[in-house]
Amino acid sequence: MSNATEDLAAFRAEISDWIKQNCPAALLGRPMGETGIVWGGRKWTFTDDNQRLWLDRAITRGLTAPRWPTQYGGAGLTRAQEKIYREEMQKLGAPPPLESFGLWMLGPALLEFGNDAQKAEHLPKITRGEIRWCQGYSEPGAGSDLANVQTRAEDMGDHWLVNGQKIWTSYADQADWIFALVRTDRDAPKHRGISFMLMDMDSPGITTRPIRLISGKSPFCETFFDNVKVPKENLVGELNRGWDIAKYLLTHEREMIGGGGQGLLGARSVAQILASQEGALLADPVLRADAMQTEVDTLAFSLTMERYKDQAEAGRGVGNASAMLKYYGTELNKRRYELMMATAGSDGLEWEGPHGGLAPEWLRTKANSIEGGTSEVMLDIIAKRVLEMPNT
Amino acid sequence: MSAPMKEMTQSLIDTEDEVMLRDAARGFLSESSPVSALRANRDAGRAYDPALWAEMAQMGWTGVLVPEVAGGADMGHRAAGILAEEMGRTLAASPYLSTAVIAASVLRQAGPGAQGALESIAAGEAIYALALDEGPKFAPKATAMQAEKHGNAFRLSGVKAFVADGATAGRVLVLARTSGSAGDDAGLTLFDIDASRAGLSREQLSTIDSRDHARLIFDGVEATGDDIIGDLDNGFAALRPGLQAGQAALAAELTGLAGGAAAITLGYLKERKQFDRTIGSFQALQHRAAHLWSEIEVTASAIANAGRVLDHTPEDAELAVSLAKARAAQTAKLAVSEAVQMHGGIGMTDAFDIGFFMKRARVGAEWLGDYGYHAAVIAAARGF
Repeated sequence: MSNATEDLAAFRAEISDWIKQNCPAALLGRPMGETGIVWGGRKWTFTDDNQRLWLDRAITRGLTAPRWPTQYGGAGLTRAQEKIYREEMQKLGAPPPLESFGLWMLGPALLEFGNDAQKAEHLPKITRGEIRWCQGYSEPGAGSDLANVQTRAEDMGDHWLVNGQKIWTSYADQADWIFALVRTDRDAPKHRGISFMLMDMDSPGITTRPIRLISGKSPFCETFFDNVKVPKENLVGELNRGWDIAKYLLTHEREMIGGGGQGLLGARSVAQILASQEGALLADPVLRADAMQTEVDTLAFSLTMERYKDQAEAGRGVGNASAMLKYYGTELNKRRYELMMATAGSDGLEWEGPHGGLAPEWLRTKANSIEGGTSEVMLDIIAKRVLEMPNT
Repeated sequence: MSAPMKEMTQSLIDTEDEVMLRDAARGFLSESSPVSALRANRDAGRAYDPALWAEMAQMGWTGVLVPEVAGGADMGHRAAGILAEEMGRTLAASPYLSTAVIAASVLRQAGPGAQGALESIAAGEAIYALALDEGPKFAPKATAMQAEKHGNAFRLSGVKAFVADGATAGRVLVLARTSGSAGDDAGLTLFDIDASRAGLSREQLSTIDSRDHARLIFDGVEATGDDIIGDLDNGFAALRPGLQAGQAALAAELTGLAGGAAAITLGYLKERKQFDRTIGSFQALQHRAAHLWSEIEVTASAIANAGRVLDHTPEDAELAVSLAKARAAQTAKLAVSEAVQMHGGIGMTDAFDIGFFMKRARVGAEWLGDYGYHAAVIAAARGF
């Protein structure tokens, strides 16, 4: 064994030990539904003390943000170490101590584009679960054409004045702060007049309203900005260059929705559902063939996630190919849920039934290939940027 | 991904050595064996060009899986797959899979007695064929051909219906039944015999891919215990490493073939004008091309994984190999269908190369197990 291999083996033993000693036994192996997730923030209430204890201990060790620098409350792990950490967590059935848009999205953006003051102010509050963030991108007139955002931020000298409306702002009603794309130059070409801005949701003039989806209750909201005053220092990166940050984050988001990180793929396995039907449905040749094909593609896609991560780790960026992960992963996930619904039969038709909330999960997957860029937009990106196909 | 997929310390991307090998192979094949070489072989009525095979031997490709003590380069299955992928891109025809991959993988497990055979494979002197299929579908355990005991020898009688490189091979690996009946795992024995042995006749098949496939008729062909590879009645165990290596490399070839067909098609889409526009500017075609590219990317991961698993934990390779072959068969089928459709009428002409890709993809989809065969292996391995 090489030294690197030995080091990783030692790390695995150490981190496994740490999880066993620190994660409260009551949390181990608990199903991860929506209620099991700890989002943190000023409005957060823990469902029990074990969640609070687990979060506190993880914060001490930097493990709410395993790969972030230690100075901001991360653990400074390498990718290989992080993967081992997640593998051991999964093996022991330990839930992530904290999940949030701050960890997934704003943090990576600030680490890349933020100034020192912004990092020092916001990152530790994210790793400690004190501030919960939401994302303000889409607008009624800016869906697939995201660069068409019209929410306006006017320079008033000592502050920005923001007016407009955002839609699909997940958990806006429970978030403390929002990171948003706002128009700061109306005369520039549309990609060149957008800035990336941070706003406190308690600011006067911000209101939210939840949106109900076909899958029932949803985390999505509409968010309205009516003469909201925002401090000048809340602009991230360069004025009018917010689109660069948005693109960086969209790439990040696509990789995640496509199945990476805490991605959707793997939430339920096909084999699990099939097993629950005690083999009876496997006698149906059509369902069986569908299950086999879906399993083949799921395995190959999981390996593709691995390969792209290996590539990113080797310093060869994934770039626009992340559009493929997003496209393929979400379409595959829709297929998987169609199969599971067909397998479950009438047992899957209740909002809460023998398979739990399978039906609302199935309905929710229909948004996977829309949110974060539709499948058609992903195919456009692959065609134009990867395959360099012509415009005329 | 749980076992038997690659372990986390093995990266799925090409190492520096593998990148160099790929570049060298691509450079050589585009020069020495472009698709026009296949056309020339076909028109001349030959399955492959012996001069090309000699060059491959010189570069160490015939010894890619032969141990160094037998004069091989012993580069491993991932490397063998990279070579196969590149051969697939230009449809380079040779006995590489039968000889350098399948036979070498079988013989290197066969003990010191096989050293000479391995040496002649590495040197590019021996050409092997695997005589296995007796019906239209890959089903090794259904082998019915009898190897009847006669004193100290065996007499092989029966027909092997579809043998790749069967007409040109000098040596034949043949699976026959020494006990039990068709369908049994046990009772099969693997023999390594000279193709010139009395009682063995060969009929060249005229297959769509213009390569060497033959029907081998065994009529009381004599074999002795010295010809047995592995153990009597346990020939399937001796054959398995060869089958898995062959399936993984054939999957790699098909993935390279898909990539080659897609590249030619993309070039055409960027060139061809209709309605006063380059047809590649139409979104309907852009989305088809982008979808095809996505499928090839996903399959390429299964190919890399199969190579890594065969190199590191070959005893656990079944799922990884079947995943590679299943995906590759589907992806190649999609690639060649899309290629012809997007070329339009010219794609249907013999004058244009794309049809060669379609024909080889169909043969490759069947050989060593089709999609259904391998999907069933995967389903069984995944518990349903």
